[in-house]
Amino acid sequence: MSDSYVTPDGRTIGGKVLEMRNITLRFGGVVAISDISFDIREGEIRAIIGPNGAGKSSMLNVINGFYHPQEGEILFHGEVRKPMKPYQIAKQGIARTFQNIALFKGMSTLDNIMTGRFNHMKTNFFAQMIWKGPAAREEAENREIVEKVIDFLEIQAIRKTPVGALPYGLQKRVELGRALAAQPKLLLLDEPMAGMNVEEKEDMSRFILDVNDEFGTTIALIEHDMGVVMDISDRVVVMDYGKKIGDGTPDEVRNNQAVIDAYLGVDHG
Amino acid sequence: MYDQFLYGIEAAINGLMTGVMYSLVALGFVLIFKASGIFNYAQGVMALFGALTLVGIQSGQVPFAGIINAVFGTNIQHFGWTLPAVAAIILTIGVMILFAWLVERYLLKHLVNQEPIILFMATIGLAYFMEGVGDLMWGAEIKKIDLPIPQGINETIDAVTYDWFGYGFYIDNLDITAAIIAVTLVVALTIFSQYSTTGRALRAVADDHQAALSVGISLRKIWVIVWGIAGFIALVAGVMWGAKSGVQFSLSLITLKALPVLMLGGFTSIPGAIIGGMIIGVGEKVFEFVVSSSWFGDAMGFTMNATENWFAYVLALIFLVFRPQGLFGEKIIERV
Repeated sequence: MSDSYVTPDGRTIGGKVLEMRNITLRFGGVVAISDISFDIREGEIRAIIGPNGAGKSSMLNVINGFYHPQEGEILFHGEVRKPMKPYQIAKQGIARTFQNIALFKGMSTLDNIMTGRFNHMKTNFFAQMIWKGPAAREEAENREIVEKVIDFLEIQAIRKTPVGALPYGLQKRVELGRALAAQPKLLLLDEPMAGMNVEEKEDMSRFILDVNDEFGTTIALIEHDMGVVMDISDRVVVMDYGKKIGDGTPDEVRNNQAVIDAYLGVDHG
Repeated sequence: MYDQFLYGIEAAINGLMTGVMYSLVALGFVLIFKASGIFNYAQGVMALFGALTLVGIQSGQVPFAGIINAVFGTNIQHFGWTLPAVAAIILTIGVMILFAWLVERYLLKHLVNQEPIILFMATIGLAYFMEGVGDLMWGAEIKKIDLPIPQGINETIDAVTYDWFGYGFYIDNLDITAAIIAVTLVVALTIFSQYSTTGRALRAVADDHQAALSVGISLRKIWVIVWGIAGFIALVAGVMWGAKSGVQFSLSLITLKALPVLMLGGFTSIPGAIIGGMIIGVGEKVFEFVVSSSWFGDAMGFTMNATENWFAYVLALIFLVFRPQGLFGEKIIERV
């Protein structure tokens, strides 16, 4: 595939934002990811799919720095990334959500999304103690961006509600909001639709497409639900038992024999 | 009976003031516990260390004079100056922040993701280590705090209550000052944690470590800040208690007094620490007043004394039985 391509719906996809080269991740003797390479390009929606235990979440944790692979290298914007802490990677512009929702449960929706702005807040501890002046100005500026995110996700009604009290679908949306507030260069979504009913899934799909469309955000998502993934993503990586068994457009992947075997099971008799 | 009632009120008010001081110690515990899940046994020693350092710096004492003299055969004790109170306080705050950084760098960093009991043991070690360092640095003799803190009976309250009730309440100015400072500190902390970026980050870390990392918050930086704030609170507590009874090593035992406060208020709640402290302060004074009075003796056939030594612990024990998470703590839900 050339460096940039045009999607069927007419969007132009740019160069590589992130490139994984021969990544291998082991936990003791267990190989979670085995020699996987793929790239994520500017402006695309890239999906990583696979059956349970295929190593999808591990892959996301490698990208965002929770895990450090034993072999291989990661290139971010064309440069080899040295091993970094998750918070440093977040500072570089990679935001994520979690499969089992990791929100700050005691805090309001607004405060949760405000934490997403953390990397953009530059005033130091002492300026914040004085509060008036730079710190207050910064707070107001960032608050404006957060309010836009809240409008975008249609969650105005729950701005002041502690997120622990919200239903599951809304919590997922708040978590997306927190990641969006960071205005990331790359947005990682770990099973954004897990545990949702059909209606909530449709809502979430629409938000993902809108984010990509309106802000041009590059998105990498992990999903279980094949149908949804095929509908919204530009290119798909398929993993099984820690190995890459397919990579390409949804149509290519759908017709790939190895993928069909992994999903439907194969008769070894 | 009327005058007995007035004595009771006076005891309650005094208890409230003492209670605020308990709250101050408990507050340091709650902050660290919330942010890192560590029960910091060294909080009391931090108070002692803060107070010792303040006195030492202010009076121009040479730190580690004992060792220096022993090694070099010199006989230096003092720099020969006395610093103004403000300068000494600022320098001491600097020392407490440095201490927080050292604790993070050389202790917590190596113990991330360990069992709580291991972290707890580490803080016990830290407590004794610091007590030793404090002794080496500043010597073990009882010191007097030389800050312009008002002390003695508050004349105004005495006069006003005498006018109203015909009996003047004895309220110590030191207690009033301590209460005002503690309340100011709590209000400032609450505002800071609610409305500032760092405050929000503190709450985020208290809530979920992984999520905090994923939005770009450095846990280590937050821990330094939390320990720094806890060190500052310890310093305030140490100075207040030190002003009351002199800066001596038994000061570190206020840790034990903060324990029942935490059991009452809950380990994770700042308002809990405040109210828990007040309940225990008032409770122990009023209880002592009642059970040691002659009318109690007449009615029951016995009286008790020195109940303040155990009242707080018994109250905490009762709480543990009926409400183990404390008044304001997060409810403990066991998932099966």
